[in-house]
Amino acid sequence: MFVLIVGAGRVGSAVARWSLDQGNEVSVLDEDPLSQERLNRDQTTSWDDAGGMFTVGTALEVDALEAAGIERADVCIVCTDGDNTNLVVGQVAQRRVEVGRVIVRVLDPFRAEWYREQGLHTICPTQVAIEMLEEAVVSS
Amino acid sequence: MYIIVCGAGKVGWNLARELIDKGEEVTLIEGDRRRYLVVEQELEHAVQYGDATELWVLERAGIQRADLVIAVTGDDEDNILISQVAKEKYLVERIVARVNNPRNVDHFKLLGIHPVVSATDLILRLIEHEVPQYGLVHLLDLAEERLEIIELIVADDAVTAGKRINEVPLPDGSLIISILRGGEGFVPKSDTVIESGDEVLVVLDPGLEEEITRQFASQGAATGG
Repeated sequence: MFVLIVGAGRVGSAVARWSLDQGNEVSVLDEDPLSQERLNRDQTTSWDDAGGMFTVGTALEVDALEAAGIERADVCIVCTDGDNTNLVVGQVAQRRVEVGRVIVRVLDPFRAEWYREQGLHTICPTQVAIEMLEEAVVSS
Repeated sequence: MYIIVCGAGKVGWNLARELIDKGEEVTLIEGDRRRYLVVEQELEHAVQYGDATELWVLERAGIQRADLVIAVTGDDEDNILISQVAKEKYLVERIVARVNNPRNVDHFKLLGIHPVVSATDLILRLIEHEVPQYGLVHLLDLAEERLEIIELIVADDAVTAGKRINEVPLPDGSLIISILRGGEGFVPKSDTVIESGDEVLVVLDPGLEEEITRQFASQGAATGG
């Protein structure tokens, strides 16, 4: 499986590393060249040596997405630090490139919910935290 | 008409001011606290503080009853989101979105957001022409087909002033489509005489502006080029 990860922050880089360990072909796109270091952190083999791809570029630019291999991606995970960027890129991946599986990280629960209703697979960590906190309060 | 303008940068602020002067009901939304406080000194209750990509901020501004939403923040992804939500969630009939980076135009198109514009004066002209009697919405769509529409005012000493349409040597790839005279627009015929002070709308292939402008500008100014 070819997995494209847009945004290599804490979440993106961890998912990328995990995905590579699972035996997938993994490509990471981030506008900051330094974020490649995050992929190498606490690893015995570097991201490159482990077979991972890394492209420096802006997620909104179609050229950058193409350079990162979006056209042959089976899965595209969009998790930059901008909700709106993620929602736009996710829709570009789904509607324009027609990637089979697109997953978008959205921090705002309301935007996440509405776009989910529109057919975009959104994951909202804020909502998860809210539910965990509520549960922790109830069970304490 | 109730208009929500998102983003109080140079474009948004000036736009809001102009629209208020025209007697429209306007709410301007600005997410930067400091900028908001500056704008608020002039526009007072017409500007609200908040991130216009947050649904509750749009709702607080009354997006449910908005006739027109104008997304003119400095970030294209924000403008796309605002436009998409306004159109599809709140069913706002008219949207105008600003494209900051022309390379993002395809994203706007893909997500069904139009018209898109890239400068203040263009937005203003668009709103004026959004009044149905002008029916210029289709004309703006021509921009996507690499055609432009320009508006020119005929100078007193222009070479074309007093000439019939069929005597005007316009280059191939251009056509006079409308004349506005005394506040009224009409489609000219070949024997319509152009008068100084007329506002002429010309559709043209990109790149012909200069040649066409020369026909309608003051001759004193034209010789300079």
